[in-house]
Amino acid sequence: MPKHSRRLLGGIGLLTALALGATACGGSGDGGSDAKKSVSAADVQAALKKGGTLTVWAWEPTLKQVAADFEKEHPGVKVDLVNAGTGNDQYKALQNAMSAKKGVPDVAQVEYYAMGQYALTKQLTDLKGFGADKLSASFSPGPWNGVKAGGDGIYGLPMDSGPMALFYNKKVFDKYKIKVPTTWDEYLAAARTLHTADPKAYITNDTGDAGFTTSMLWQAGSRPYKVDGTKVKIDFADAGAEKYTGTWQKLLDDKLLAPVTSWSDEWYKGLGDGTIATLAIGAWMPANLASGVKNAAGDWRVAPLPQWTAGAHASAENGGSALTLPELGKNEALAYAFVEYANAGKGVATRVQGGAFPATVAQLNSPAFQNTAFPYFGGQQANKIFAESAANVADDWSYLPYQVYANSIFNDTVGKAYVSHTKLADGLKTWQDASVKYGTEQGFTVEK
Amino acid sequence: MTTLHPPAAAAPQLAPPPTRRDRRSWAGWGFLAPFVIVFALVFLAPIAYSLYLSLFRDRLIGGTTFVGLDNYTAALQDENFWASLGRVSLFLCVQVPVMLGIALLVALALDSGRLYGKSFFRISIFLPYAVPAVVATLMWGFMYGTRFGLVGDIDDAFGLSLPDPLSPGLVLASIGNIVTWEFVGYNMLIFYSALRVIPQSLYEAAEIDGAGQIRVITAIKLPAIRGALVIATIFSIIGSFQLFNEPSVLQKLAPNAITTDYTPNFYTYSLSFSGQQQNYSATVALVMGVITMVIAYVVQLRGMRKGA
Repeated sequence: MPKHSRRLLGGIGLLTALALGATACGGSGDGGSDAKKSVSAADVQAALKKGGTLTVWAWEPTLKQVAADFEKEHPGVKVDLVNAGTGNDQYKALQNAMSAKKGVPDVAQVEYYAMGQYALTKQLTDLKGFGADKLSASFSPGPWNGVKAGGDGIYGLPMDSGPMALFYNKKVFDKYKIKVPTTWDEYLAAARTLHTADPKAYITNDTGDAGFTTSMLWQAGSRPYKVDGTKVKIDFADAGAEKYTGTWQKLLDDKLLAPVTSWSDEWYKGLGDGTIATLAIGAWMPANLASGVKNAAGDWRVAPLPQWTAGAHASAENGGSALTLPELGKNEALAYAFVEYANAGKGVATRVQGGAFPATVAQLNSPAFQNTAFPYFGGQQANKIFAESAANVADDWSYLPYQVYANSIFNDTVGKAYVSHTKLADGLKTWQDASVKYGTEQGFTVEK
Repeated sequence: MTTLHPPAAAAPQLAPPPTRRDRRSWAGWGFLAPFVIVFALVFLAPIAYSLYLSLFRDRLIGGTTFVGLDNYTAALQDENFWASLGRVSLFLCVQVPVMLGIALLVALALDSGRLYGKSFFRISIFLPYAVPAVVATLMWGFMYGTRFGLVGDIDDAFGLSLPDPLSPGLVLASIGNIVTWEFVGYNMLIFYSALRVIPQSLYEAAEIDGAGQIRVITAIKLPAIRGALVIATIFSIIGSFQLFNEPSVLQKLAPNAITTDYTPNFYTYSLSFSGQQQNYSATVALVMGVITMVIAYVVQLRGMRKGA
């Protein structure tokens, strides 16, 4: 028997070696090249004439029409639009394709907060060599800052943006004779008045949302993340963060925030029946309200985001994404032509018509855009408020190069402040520590 | 003394030529091959691959490096991992006895023959097991809702203020409730089928001896289904350590009560898919696998020793 078991072991060993061999083939370093690519306008024209097939990974619905128009304009080109999942799901697929160096799309949609990781590991093409730096004036400051991803390059062209505004249920505000808040102090007072008048009604919902909190910090002037290549500094104790935690802690302590998670069924119900009275959220929200909260049509209005200092005009971005060219994609010239067409050319008007919120100054400032009346908001020309907000976004914000991971542990850390006696500021400190730990593990030089 | 020597012709058979023995042993392997190949591919290869992965570290800055057993030292000192293990151990100590107790009670009741509508009860108690875990969890999640769910409705109807089943303090108990609901039927069926094979003659003998129902249960039924009890316990232990579906679905409803490292399985999932730490995730999975194996083995040894 020992002879047999030795043979068995030998067989297992052989299989193991085979498995390991297969792994070793896929495991070698990153293939990104440092050399700056340079593609001139003439190259792009030539590529368009030559034609070819372009694979685009995006979940943005308005791109479908853009792709069709682009194909019509350039008969040789075929755009293969693939929905590989929304947000994080698509990033997982994209990361897998990049690791395997196989099936990487020519163009990929990436949200601003997630760009840092790809830019840093040189998995996205720097579009400076394509002349993208000349487009800086075409885009509003928030999104343009987003595609720079905390570095010197330009890693995509902004597709949409989410300058924040305050959406409020006018019916509720009128019923209890509450003035629409212009500062966060007034907001706090309004929250108290409302909840006292109707204990079932809340000024807003919040169960801890990393995207919302970082946007609020952005508006308050806090800059928790400082990124310089592989050097990262994380600090949630600056003056701006204190302003935010001070007010928000009061809302939490007095139980003035509805414990309802955004995008849940309860949330839509609350938005419809007036128990969630306001939302501070990105300008892409109207389409969601119109489709998700039909029964409250006409009740809601839009106001500028409340301020930390009376009379100020600070704003921030909440969400939004860009189209990027993965380094391992093919047909770069053609891919750039499509991205430019969709995000800076004729495609923008098509997408705005489809309900997208643009990132281009020309569209934001055009009378046609600004004068659009929203039947859902009782005919209000809400785009005027959004456009003003877009122009007021401070452009020196940066996300972490590993913000996707950091956001995934937000509720593990800051979330405690929403369900226990942990203070919001302490929760942010725990988040900071966990983010520092992960950054250090991943090889970043992290300063607290 | 006078025994005949074996015929000379038999001598060569005692020492067959080496070539022939070789052929025979290979034929044996031929029969084993279908099993060995499948076993190696679906069982050993993934484990070997995990072992291989666990010896490396892949970082955003610096790429993949060989780190030896560093991941294992890190896992053994990882507070998050031990906290999650503590959580499922608590779950195991409370939920499994409750669930198996109910299952046993129901199985004995069904087996007693005194129940009216026996097959209806059997089917209706087993039915939750046929509901996929994700669907069951979603359903319970809606019932747990304090604003628009069943709990909220009860509060409104009776003017109560019930504690929130999805608050950090209660959510583990709420998950236990879901798992119990799902698996009582399954365990009941294991016990019930073990009870059905007990020979009728034993009951007749007990009756002649004047034994009551309780005595029949403790002296005949329970000892007879000891094997089934041990198997159900081991399944439940493994199930508790592998808890994943329920917390991951409920996390959408209670993001602050259920952390991304709530159970060991959920932790490895988060490490791998949010943190891109596949190597460390493989390490934690292997450590957890060893712990589960050891505990299940100890329970099996103890259960069987008593039986013998």
